[in-house]
Amino acid sequence: MLPIGHYLFLSAALFIIGVIGVITRRNVIVILMSIELILNAVNINLVAFSRLYGDVAGQVFALFIIADAAAEAAVGLGIIIAFFRNRETVLADEMDLLKW
Amino acid sequence: MTPTGTFLSFLWLIPLFPLATAALMLFVGRRIPKAGVSLLCVGSVGLSFICAVGAVFELLAADLEHRVSQQILFEWLTPGPMQMTGGHLVRFVADWGFLLDPLSCVMVLVVTGVGFLIHVYSVGYMAHEGGYYRFFGYMNLFMFAMLTLVLANNMLLMFVGWEGVGLCSYLLIGFYFLKKSASDAGKKAFIVNRIGDAGFILGILLTAVTLGTIRFTSNGLPDAEGTSGILQSLKAAVDAHALAFGAPVLTGIALLLFVGAMGKSAQIPLYVWLPDAMEGPTPVSALIHAATMVTAGVYMVVRMNAVYQLAPAAMDVVAVVGAVTAIFAASMALVQNDIKKVLAYSTISQLGYMFLALGVGAFAAGIFHLMTHAFFKALLFLGAGSVIHAMSGEQDIRKMGGLWDKIPVTARTFGIATLAIAGIFPFAGFFSKDEILGRAFDRFFFLWIVGFVTAGLTAFYMFRLLFLTFFGYSRADEHVEKHIHESPRAMTVPLTILAGLSVIGGWIGWPGALGGENRFERFLEPVLAGVISETGAVRIAHHAVAKEIFLMVLSLSIAGAGIWLAYEFYRTKRIAPELVVKKWPKVYELLVHKYYVDEIYDALIVNRVKDLGTLLGVLDANVIDGLGVNGAGWLARFGSRVSMWWDKWVIDGLLNFGAKLTQLFSYPVRLLQTGLFSSYALLILVGLVVLLAYYGHHMQTLVRAVR
Repeated sequence: MLPIGHYLFLSAALFIIGVIGVITRRNVIVILMSIELILNAVNINLVAFSRLYGDVAGQVFALFIIADAAAEAAVGLGIIIAFFRNRETVLADEMDLLKW
Repeated sequence: MTPTGTFLSFLWLIPLFPLATAALMLFVGRRIPKAGVSLLCVGSVGLSFICAVGAVFELLAADLEHRVSQQILFEWLTPGPMQMTGGHLVRFVADWGFLLDPLSCVMVLVVTGVGFLIHVYSVGYMAHEGGYYRFFGYMNLFMFAMLTLVLANNMLLMFVGWEGVGLCSYLLIGFYFLKKSASDAGKKAFIVNRIGDAGFILGILLTAVTLGTIRFTSNGLPDAEGTSGILQSLKAAVDAHALAFGAPVLTGIALLLFVGAMGKSAQIPLYVWLPDAMEGPTPVSALIHAATMVTAGVYMVVRMNAVYQLAPAAMDVVAVVGAVTAIFAASMALVQNDIKKVLAYSTISQLGYMFLALGVGAFAAGIFHLMTHAFFKALLFLGAGSVIHAMSGEQDIRKMGGLWDKIPVTARTFGIATLAIAGIFPFAGFFSKDEILGRAFDRFFFLWIVGFVTAGLTAFYMFRLLFLTFFGYSRADEHVEKHIHESPRAMTVPLTILAGLSVIGGWIGWPGALGGENRFERFLEPVLAGVISETGAVRIAHHAVAKEIFLMVLSLSIAGAGIWLAYEFYRTKRIAPELVVKKWPKVYELLVHKYYVDEIYDALIVNRVKDLGTLLGVLDANVIDGLGVNGAGWLARFGSRVSMWWDKWVIDGLLNFGAKLTQLFSYPVRLLQTGLFSSYALLILVGLVVLLAYYGHHMQTLVRAVR
């Protein structure tokens, strides 16, 4: 069994990649995908600690998060399609209607 | 004893009957069939006549000096304190009350009697006219107003009737209101009368402040001592030497009242409306503009005779105006060609006679002439109406002639009336006219001459009318000629009755010189006693029999001369009227144009009033509209401009200033709102890192707690 540190390193790496993606990318779809990365980084954490402590609750959380991610992807993509129909763009920096 | 009786206690019914039917006609008359209208309207006047006769008989049952009956229905104008010219306060009251004394007896009988006959006549005359119910409604309204006028027990109620008859006169002159001339004539009558009415009302006010009452007399009232009347106040004032014979204030009252009489009774200078009033239907001319309404002025002056007897200057004015009017109008009647216009000028002339009588102090003679004139002038007008009826509406006597046998009843009754007005013995006009001339002779010789000449003129123009209308060859158009027919019985019966009255009506005043006792004058004496016994020449003088008979012969001979001249002019044609006209063309022109009086009035008054109207119109357009309306508009606009500036720069400015301030202070915060969610995400991350770094050491505790 791999020590917990490995899992945490992987998880942290994935999380940072996801965060960088969210912050730097312009395409909303890519941002959405980056969020998925963040969520999965959390999942790895949860599952790793679940194994470590022999507690199943972490895995239940992970399953909830997967379901949540699916729902989030569905809603998010729906918003993006609706937005695209209106503005013909999926670039985040062009979504500035809320700006004063 | 004070007269009593059923009719006297129901005196108020006399004017009420015509008022009731008038109201009925004017409100629902349209839905009443013609027969019903005739029955109701003529019937109500008939009932008034019966009540009047009954009341008069009950009054006659009393002794001569107690013949006065007065009843007050209610206090009409709320009584209140009034300050008199003397300074002390009196309780002023105007009641709705009726007074029947010998004077109003004569008037009420003439008004209801002649009025009834004219109503009957109208049923025939108006049968084919539109607005039948309207005509009778106005006629009955007139009867109500006229009866109120003659029965009123105070000046103000009399004034109500006075205005009422004026209104009805206006309505009936303008009866054919689609005709411009008719509606114009109505307006003229109304406006000219208004001038007189102003004088009358001023006279009433002056009486009220001078004598403290406007009730004619307190005689006949149950509490005669406690209440006051003009007669009593005047007597008290004279006894207390507060007012003397010829006092200026009494002259003032008398003259103001006479101005009212001039308007209503068509005296110079206010006579101009009467000839135009002939635009109305002929029965109206007979009833209102000959027999009754126009005599209201005479009645009013006689009613106020106590004041006049104390104002000799006013009496002289009345006499002169009357005499001048008499001859002036008679001269205009000489050349008129419209049958009704001749009669109209004749009426003015005869009214002038009446005022001449009043002015020389012969009040009874004036009323006597009023009565006989009502008979024969009503008959003349009704006869003229019958002629017009027969001639299919033709009024020009130049297109008549030869009617004597074609419409016999009309022609013969007209002849009788003509004899009566010309003053031929023993017709009614002879007695009354002679009485006036006799009294004028005693007072002012010059005025007697004027009256004397007028008598000749009267005989001439009346016989001219008679000859041109009824004798000689017919000058009518062919189709008019074919339609000539005698009028229906509804018209001829009143004519016959009036003809009878025109013959015998004067006999009640059969003068002493001819073996009579002049009952009429005796009958009126109690009313005409005045307040002091020695009013000089005004008092009734009994002149010598021989002189009186001489005067009668003189006036008969001038009447005869007038008739002879008319006969020569228009019957035998031995003197051609055209030659006379050619000889004095200027005189003829003057007469035909009625002395240009209408033109002078137009130039002097009517057009000046119109100019004033135009001037006021310009003033209105420029000053009122220009300065007032437009000025106010400009001011409002200027105000709103100022207000707008204030709103924009001060009110809005304050608000904007606040907003700007907020904007200024919000600037740093705004910098955070990039609108780029990447930057928001970065900020969240940074925040997270800061939080984690800050609370990092707690993490250990947290994790341990979870374990």
